[in-house]
Parts: sequence; structure tokens; C-alpha cells
Amino acid sequence: MIYAVASGKGGTGKTTTCSSLAAIWDVPVTLVDLDVEEPNLHLFLKPDLDDIEKAYIEVPVADEDKCTSCGACRDICQFKAITVMAGTLLVFPEMCHGCGGCLAVCPEDALSPGKRELGEICRGTADGHPFVMGRLRVGEAMSPPLMRRIRREFPGMSEKGDILIDAPPGVSCPAIAAVTDADCIVLVTEPTPFGFHDFKLAWEAFKPLGKPMGAVVNRADLGDTSVREFCSANDIPVWAEIPYSREIAEAYSRGDVISKAIAPLEETFAGLRDNMRAVAQKGANHA
Amino acid sequence: MREIVIISGKGGAGKTSVTGAFAHLAENAILCDLDVDAPDLHLLLDPEHRAENEFWSGFEAVIDQDVCTGCGNCMEVCRFDAITETDGRYEVNPLQCEGCKVCVTLCPAEAIEFPQKHCGDWYVSSTRFGPMVHAQLYPGEENSGRLVTELKQKAREIAEEQGLDLVLCDGAPGIGCPVISSMAGTDLAVAVTEPTPSGLHDLKRVAELCEGFRTKVAVLVNKWDINPAMTGEIEDYCRSRGYTLVGRFPHDRAVVDAMLERKVITEYDDGPLAETLKQAWADVAALAKSIKK
Repeated sequence: MIYAVASGKGGTGKTTTCSSLAAIWDVPVTLVDLDVEEPNLHLFLKPDLDDIEKAYIEVPVADEDKCTSCGACRDICQFKAITVMAGTLLVFPEMCHGCGGCLAVCPEDALSPGKRELGEICRGTADGHPFVMGRLRVGEAMSPPLMRRIRREFPGMSEKGDILIDAPPGVSCPAIAAVTDADCIVLVTEPTPFGFHDFKLAWEAFKPLGKPMGAVVNRADLGDTSVREFCSANDIPVWAEIPYSREIAEAYSRGDVISKAIAPLEETFAGLRDNMRAVAQKGANHA
Repeated sequence: MREIVIISGKGGAGKTSVTGAFAHLAENAILCDLDVDAPDLHLLLDPEHRAENEFWSGFEAVIDQDVCTGCGNCMEVCRFDAITETDGRYEVNPLQCEGCKVCVTLCPAEAIEFPQKHCGDWYVSSTRFGPMVHAQLYPGEENSGRLVTELKQKAREIAEEQGLDLVLCDGAPGIGCPVISSMAGTDLAVAVTEPTPSGLHDLKRVAELCEGFRTKVAVLVNKWDINPAMTGEIEDYCRSRGYTLVGRFPHDRAVVDAMLERKVITEYDDGPLAETLKQAWADVAALAKSIKK
């Protein structure tokens, strides 16, 4: 089963939840950090990252001798990555989405595949579990292609057990890409106006995917009751509530995994894990 | 005219609460929410929309089932895993479609349409602290970078028209497309961080991005008292990189209490937190003014 831990608003506790679940997951699981812009899961699970591989996207390279400046590549490119100026073809590799259209339409065979570095895929082991994370190169604008590289490994990972994904914040393309493969989505929120607003956005964004979803209310005694009222009105189960406490904030600030550092929370996260497992299993039985 | 963007790398560090207070303290500024994906500044500023605009950007492939011959060429050429096949019926998953037009161009039956997408809406509004430009991207959409660029452009135009001398922007988390777009033309990036392993890790990456744009970086440490040792480590790091430290804020429930009343901290509270914010704003404003164009 594939489980994604997501949120609309950043900083609500995705990585806290994901690391806490990882520490008490009691069957084989691959831990995957898909928040490639700012991956943080490794800071808490402290995997030994012994395999670091650069990831690239294919971008066109022009052969001036063969190019007749016909403009077919420029015309198909939807991303303004190719232009023809004064009879010379100019490629802007950082704008390229790697669709391969220009290479496919060039009648002169004047374009060949080159590459742009997207970032790294880092692999290792954390507490005996395989660990994989993407780390976007600073300056690279596009995170979905790097995420896609990792997502393509999901079928292989699934054969070995569960997959637990730490997703990026927000509700735009990277966030959707991170939860698309999941059998169950956990939405982490906090009961503040910002937390509630972004929770609604995330719920609306993910609902069309038709996957079972449940909420984790972090810093549960801050703020107001609007998150809980919304959950109850929309049949969104609240699978765990994590209290607000300075002890938890301090443990997090030291890089501790809170389900291990703070005894009563182990049970909270075990309950969350069992709820996630039950709905994912139920979904699989229906399919 | 000067442009300041509040960023953080890590989400939830306090960008919007800080931006709200700065909006209150700034004089002669236009406000701009560049977190078009999950905007929150409007929750504090309660903007009244003066103009609403649709944001159309990019295209998506749609297969006309009456014309499709089921050859499967589209699925083969798509690099984005956006085309699925069920019992010989090919369909485009709009959430995966990149809008690259490759399948459209290469379809032998010319069965794929390519309509433009309405990706969100943007607004020009007025607030108690001055004019505001903001947006809401629809869920799952891309092109957030283009929308950020449009918003900043509009904010500059309004500032020009109304004789305002500051564009104050709330940025997005992360270091990707919308954050990169928000850097263009920015004089000063104020990075809000917290003394946690994630806070420091993410600050380093976003500040490196700013350096790549030669944008000056100022740093605020929020909730500094949660881990004074880590705060010291962050401040040492900032000094070593030449980033200006403009303040450390204590962990204070007043941040959430103010938010619940839809007020910014400096309107809600006149305690030490508000004082620290006022001093930080004075430093940020002076720093922005001192930057040579």
C-alpha cells in the first residue's frame, strides 16, 4: 500500500507525522521524501545515504551545420525554450520541460538530446527501512520531473512492502503529483485560520482523485474548532490529534522523532497507522 | 521604488504573520501575495476586490473519442505518463498533462484537441493597509511562476500610477518555480526561519537561491527560544554568509490569537513581540532603501 502525508499549508507537521509513523511502522516499508524543494525527512530519520545519483531532464542541443532555421521546433515548443533570431536557432535549456517535441518534428535531424541537471536522488537505509529522497538543484524551477523519476520506482518498491511518502506543501502540480499514486492520503493541519483555509484547499484539490483521506490535527489545542466542524460536516475522519506543547516543539527542534521521544505519542501514531491501514485495505478490497 | 519579498524555504515558519505586520507598519506600499497556490495573507487583510481577472495559461490535450482510432501513438510519445489506456480507449489525465502539444502534433488521426486552460483568478483589492494584488491558482495547476510574474508586474504598475515607493510581497514556500519567479526584480529577500533542523536546512537552500539572483538576504529567527543553541547556529551561519540579521522573535501564542481575530500582530498586541517586529521593520525598511540600484 502507498500512503502519502500531505497538507495545504506548510509547517503544519507533515515531516513530524511522517517520521513518527516511520519509526513505528511494523511491516516492511520504503520511506520516500517527495518534497524535493525542501526535503526534511532525512534530518529526523538520519538515514545513511550511501547512494547519490544525479538526475537529468532531456533538453535539445542544436547542430548549427544541419539547422536550416525552418522554425518547426520553435512552433511546437509551448515553453518558449526555442527561438530563431536573425536566422540562428537559440535554445534556452532552463525553460525546457523535456517533452521531446522539438526532436520529433525537426525535419533536418539537427537537434540531439542533451541534458539539464534536475537534482539528486539519494538512497539509503533508515532504521532498517529503505529510504529515498529527491533533492532539487538550487536554481532549478521544475520539481515534478524529479518527482516523476522517483515515482516510476514505486512499482518495484511496492513489491517489497508499503511506501510512505512525505509530500510537498501546497495544492498545485507538485503536491498533486506526490499523492497521485497513494492508496490513502493523510492531511496534516492545525486549527488556525491559515491551517483551516489551506486544509480546505487541499481537501478540494485531492477529493477528485477519489482516494480515502483522513486528517491529523496538529497543535490541536491552539486556535478554534473550525477544522473539526468542517471534518465532521464533510465526513473526513480525524485519525489523530497531536497536542500543542512546548515539549514537542523542543523535541522537534532537536531533530527528535516525537513518537519515540515523547512516550504517550507512540500510541497516538500507532492509532493513526492502524486507521490508515484499515482504509487503504478497504479501498483495495473495493477495487 | 523598492521590492521586498518575504520567504522562508520551509513552510509555516511565519512568513504571512510577518508580512501582515510589515504591511501595517509600512507606509506608501502596495501589498502582493505571491503564494498563489495556498495564499493566506487575505485572511489577515480582508481585501475588498476592486477588479477580478481570469488567469488563462497553458493548454491541455483532450482526445476526441469519435475521431480516435486507438493507435496508441499518443501514449508512446508522451513523456509525462499522462495518457492512459483502458480496453483500447485512450484518455488524457489532465493532472499529469504538461500541455506540450507533442501528442496533438503527432496524432495521425488528428484526434487530439488542445484548448487553453483557465488556471485561476487574480484580484486587485483595497485593504486597510493600502492596495493589494493577489490570486488563487486552481488546484493542481501549474504555471504558478507565470501568475507570480503577472502579479508582480501589476503591483509595479499600480505603485507607479499611485506614486507608491514599496512593493511588499508575501512569498511561497520552497525554492521552485513560484519562488524563482518572485525573485526577479526583487531588491531584498527577508527570510523567516525557525531554530529547527528543517528551518536551518531550508534557509540555506533558499538563501543560496537568492545569492544566485544577487538578491540581498535579511533573516528573522521566529520562535528563537524553542532552541537557543540552534538559534545561535543559524545566526552564526548568517554572519558567515553576510546575511543581515534583523531580529529574533520569541515563541508567542499572540501570533495565533491575533490570527483568530483576523488582525496582524502589531494591531493586536503591544507587548515585546510587537516591539521586536517594529524594530525589525525599521531595519528592513532602512536596508531596502540603502540598496543601490
